[in-house]
Amino acid sequence: MPLVNGGKIIDDSFVKLAVDTPLPERGDILVPAERFIAEADALLARDGKVGVIWPNNRDIDALVPYLGKVATVALVFPTFRDGRAYSQARLLRERYHYRGDLRATGQVLRDQFVFMLRAGFDSFEVKKQADAEAFMQTAKRYSVFYQPTGDGRITALHRRMQLRHSEGVGT
Amino acid sequence: MYAYDEIDRTLVNERVSEFRDQVKRRLSGELTEDEFKILRLQNGVYLQLHAYMFRVAIPYGTLAANQLRALAHVARKYDRGYGHFTTRQNIQFNWIKLAELPDALEDLAKVGIHAMQTSGNNMRNVTSDQWAGVAPGEIEDPRIWSELIRQHTTLHPEFSFLPRKFKIAITASDHDRAAIKIHDIGLKLIKNEKGETGFEVLVGGGLGRTPFIGKTIKHFVHGRDILSYIEAILRVYNQYGRRDNIYKARIKILVHELGIEKFSREVEEEWQHIRNSSLQIDDEVIEDIRSRFTYPAYEKLPHMPDELRQAAADADFEAWRKNSVAPHKVQGYAIVTISLKPIGKPPGDATADQMDALADLADKYSFGEIRVGHEQNLALPHVAKRDLPALWKALDKLGLATPNVNLITDIIACPGLDYCSLANARSIPIAQELTRRFADHELANLIGRLHINISGCINACGHHHVGHIGILGVEKNGEEVYQITIGGRADEGAALGNLIGPGVKFDEVADVIEDVVEAYLALRERPEELFIDTVKRLGVEPFKERVYATR
Repeated sequence: MPLVNGGKIIDDSFVKLAVDTPLPERGDILVPAERFIAEADALLARDGKVGVIWPNNRDIDALVPYLGKVATVALVFPTFRDGRAYSQARLLRERYHYRGDLRATGQVLRDQFVFMLRAGFDSFEVKKQADAEAFMQTAKRYSVFYQPTGDGRITALHRRMQLRHSEGVGT
Repeated sequence: MYAYDEIDRTLVNERVSEFRDQVKRRLSGELTEDEFKILRLQNGVYLQLHAYMFRVAIPYGTLAANQLRALAHVARKYDRGYGHFTTRQNIQFNWIKLAELPDALEDLAKVGIHAMQTSGNNMRNVTSDQWAGVAPGEIEDPRIWSELIRQHTTLHPEFSFLPRKFKIAITASDHDRAAIKIHDIGLKLIKNEKGETGFEVLVGGGLGRTPFIGKTIKHFVHGRDILSYIEAILRVYNQYGRRDNIYKARIKILVHELGIEKFSREVEEEWQHIRNSSLQIDDEVIEDIRSRFTYPAYEKLPHMPDELRQAAADADFEAWRKNSVAPHKVQGYAIVTISLKPIGKPPGDATADQMDALADLADKYSFGEIRVGHEQNLALPHVAKRDLPALWKALDKLGLATPNVNLITDIIACPGLDYCSLANARSIPIAQELTRRFADHELANLIGRLHINISGCINACGHHHVGHIGILGVEKNGEEVYQITIGGRADEGAALGNLIGPGVKFDEVADVIEDVVEAYLALRERPEELFIDTVKRLGVEPFKERVYATR
């Protein structure tokens, strides 16, 4: 499954561990939430980056104390019609000011890219190669946004205010 | 009318091009039907029994004449020459070809019409009072707020994949024509003691398999906070609404399971985090939206023009005027409801020719504006009273002057088994038969105001729970069986109807309804006591006895 980051397909340095996979000595690992919470100190002490896979039915409150320590948070879309992780993403970015890498996993298709970018995701495990290749093109599909989110894109309402004021300058 | 600016137009065009790409990928096989299904539903495209059905948004039921012409054009060019107006102020086309859909959308986009979020598990088209801005006694024009919410809910990055569909309705009148109590969120515009505009917010109303009347979650939310408050409700719902069972996924179930107190505490907590954010709407933003609504330049006209006085001698005109013409907030003007319920025809249908002709009449008599009501009728919102006789003649020629608005033949019905893949039973033929039974205008008038609502399955698109008489078609041992309720209503006194007894067969429905009506005529205290009030006074029993005594 191709990983897109910064608009490009990149190599995924993270190895996904199951709950009971033996811990590799070094290298970057992505760990399920329950294992991460249980073994956080040991995991964070080893050589290599640690990321956590956080399911969409678990409150992110328990993750908050670790936000400064993890290298990536992977949120899950079990099917693309299950949108819980959009709320989790926005809470991580906008309420808890998480600045690290936020990865979308699961059934990730090109038709969600814009929503995901707006919600604060910056890495995408894309299901189809063609979708991954079309990332940049798809991400630019929209230039107008009605809602404010943490991504800082200017909303339609505020753009109108700017237009109003700039028109007002000369009059 | 709200006039789109370049920003709104750009977004609609971007959506059309995205959808064109999605259709292309489906046709090439790049998208599976399972994947495409969710994408097409986000844009109003259902796969029905015979063909794709295409639902187009008419936000808060307001249309300009040129937009109605564009709908006529779509009906003619891409469909079979007619469209069907729905209980959520939208229009549906039943015979669309998938490959042509992007072109139809592009044609509609040229006049600022789209199909975004007319289906799917997202925030649906915002609905409002079809008399918004013209009804006497409104707090203020609810369309300003409807438009603000329309924009905010369009392609929302967090709430486009909710547990289930989500519907918002707004009213600004004491008499609720928008049925806010049967919506996921119902908003009633009010003023607080300081004279500031805000909303009473209701949550958790809805029909379907498990019907609920909405409950007040907050008595007053200031206008500037309404987007953050809605966002807080949605965020709680998106995270905690059930996704394991489609029949338990609406917010009404979450509200019911948590209880309104606990649910409102959750919302309150979330809201406190976000209310002082960029979601707060300042006055300037509201003014900007308001400034893009244009209002007619009304003339100073007499309350009772000569034309109207003279026409009063014509009994047919008077019959139509009495139930189709309503008071307007400006003297000398009236709101005219146009019945889409001709005797013997499917409720809510209009042909392309009728739509074109109506657009012309709107230009001539109603400042180019048309409204769509949830009762599946249309309205011309600004007709000078002196023009009423001429307008009536013109409507009559088009078959659009059936004098039955709010009478027993003004039936609300879903498409049912004639079109819908979810339906278990036919709705339209039941409605057609009932209009024939009560075709006599004198009889219908004698009965007075009486709303019949028909749904062809438990999903309740015909709002049968809140019909004065509700008819629900179900399937039992391979046969269509109809359950009949009485005493429901969708207005400010919203209530769910009660069953009068065991279900009856297709052929018996009209007989049973006739019996119910006869019982009412015998039981009412005086001619002014409406059916719904007699049922309220006496309960179901006397009706039940009457209907089932001989069955």
